[in-house]
Amino acid sequence: MKNSLQSKIENWLDERYDLSPIRKLITHKKVPLHKHSVWYYMGGAALFLFIIQVITGTMLLLYYKPGEESAYESVRFIITKVKFGWLIRNVHSWSANLMVFFVFLHMFSVFFMKAYKKPRELTWVTGFLLLGIAMGFGFSGYLLPWNELAFFATKVGTDIVGVIPIVGEEIKLMLRGGEDVTGATLSRFFGIHVAVMPAIFMMILGLHLFFVQKQGMHEPEGFSKLPDEKKKYIPFFPNFMLKDATLWLVIFALLSFLALYFPWELGPKADPFLPAPEGIKPEWYFLFTFQTLKYLPSHVLFMDGELFGILFFNVAGLIWMLIPFLAIKDRPGWKIQPMTVIGILVLIFMIAMTVLGFIT
Amino acid sequence: MALSRKKFLDILIGLGGFGSLAAFTYPIFSYLRPLPSTEAKVNTVKAGTASGFPPNSSQIIKFGRKPVILIKSESGEFSALEATCTHLDCIVQYKKDTKQILCACHNGIYDISGQNLSGPPPKPLQAYSVKVIDDEIVITTIVT
Ligand code: HEM
Ligand code: FES
Repeated sequence: MKNSLQSKIENWLDERYDLSPIRKLITHKKVPLHKHSVWYYMGGAALFLFIIQVITGTMLLLYYKPGEESAYESVRFIITKVKFGWLIRNVHSWSANLMVFFVFLHMFSVFFMKAYKKPRELTWVTGFLLLGIAMGFGFSGYLLPWNELAFFATKVGTDIVGVIPIVGEEIKLMLRGGEDVTGATLSRFFGIHVAVMPAIFMMILGLHLFFVQKQGMHEPEGFSKLPDEKKKYIPFFPNFMLKDATLWLVIFALLSFLALYFPWELGPKADPFLPAPEGIKPEWYFLFTFQTLKYLPSHVLFMDGELFGILFFNVAGLIWMLIPFLAIKDRPGWKIQPMTVIGILVLIFMIAMTVLGFIT
Repeated sequence: MALSRKKFLDILIGLGGFGSLAAFTYPIFSYLRPLPSTEAKVNTVKAGTASGFPPNSSQIIKFGRKPVILIKSESGEFSALEATCTHLDCIVQYKKDTKQILCACHNGIYDISGQNLSGPPPKPLQAYSVKVIDDEIVITTIVT
């Protein structure tokens, strides 16, 4: 039953702006029901966590002060003095990690369901860009508290860009705002983290969601081959959205649990005149690249080992982004498709390197 | 063959477009490039008294903006090396037990003279000259 005030407002708007395209965009979509339907929720989970990031990030902004002499002190102030400041910071840090995790999960699930195929090529490409920016958010945010670990992670992470021939040194200089990682680097990372990336992220996210809404959910092969009367759907609005919301509540509970029981470390303040502490590692989602670089010999072919590694990951990333255009055709009659094999190999490689990175 | 009016206008607008593109990318790019450091170059630094420096130990000295690691060996000789790892920019430390220099970032090892022994570092650490004048340690850059 529709609330009469609500329908009055709707009519008022409808008369002036013709809401039918919007109404159609919301209501025409149906979500297929099958045994892999759970994967349809992963993107929504990532979206929810991004909203949390925007809210908590904006709150942190009220007390955070970038600068060599103030960044660390202001984060300490947030977690020791500001009421519930510790909670906001813990949620921002945990939610950042969960967000990257869900984005990865989402990406691999659409990969294995082969949802990147025509006509959804651009949905895949925009999604891949969102993953890249999410990792950029993590890398730039990591430096903001100006603690020891972040300082060395940023030194290593930006120095490695310098191995790229010709343009490497220039990019490194631009990223760091000088020869070394200093307060100038912190200012740049701060601007990137709180202004540049949120703006770009939201634009690409808007496109990504528009594509999904416009084209509807992808139906995996087993499902689309069913006779029409066997296909089951639920409407996206409101049924699927309510289910989405239920998962959001579960994630919110998980996030609260993590933020309450596993506070995010601040550690000692960065000091450019102290040795790097033992056991420094990047955040888990960079660990597989870090670990792979460790196994590379100092020279591969005619190249520096590091350069080879960087080229390898960039080319691999580019190919992955262009999968919809490069994918090997399905072989009818094959038990397991070539692209599935490739996906499994990539996943095994990433997981194995990450685990090795943790235990060694 | 006369250039049609439409084509002419297209070219004109295209040129104008390119011009304005260049007119705003160049200043933006220049703005983003950091200025060269204006700090005076440091050539000499005093690092305390030689007698107060325990053997088999080390200290990181501020050499302008650069960290330099000053080491006193067990036999009492001093050496000073650039403390920035030649691999990816981390800061090294002296290990008393192995009497070697370690970079904890990726387990790079150097000997006490700065020679890279194992791990990823591609080059030795650059050396500085150390003199003791009236018990005062003086570190200077080696001019080559
Ligand atoms: C509009 C969006 C955002 C704003 C305004 C924002 C703002 C901030 C601020 C002010 C800090 C420094 C305070 C602190 O370190 O706790 C920070 C840290 C951080 N941010 Fe964000 N953020 C946003 C989105 C994101 C997103 C989408 C991610 C990851 C996917 C992310 C990851 C991080 C990380 C990993 C840290 C370091 C946390 C720490 O060690 O304390 N942020 N952010
Ligand atoms: S930075 Fe020193 S070993 Fe990598």
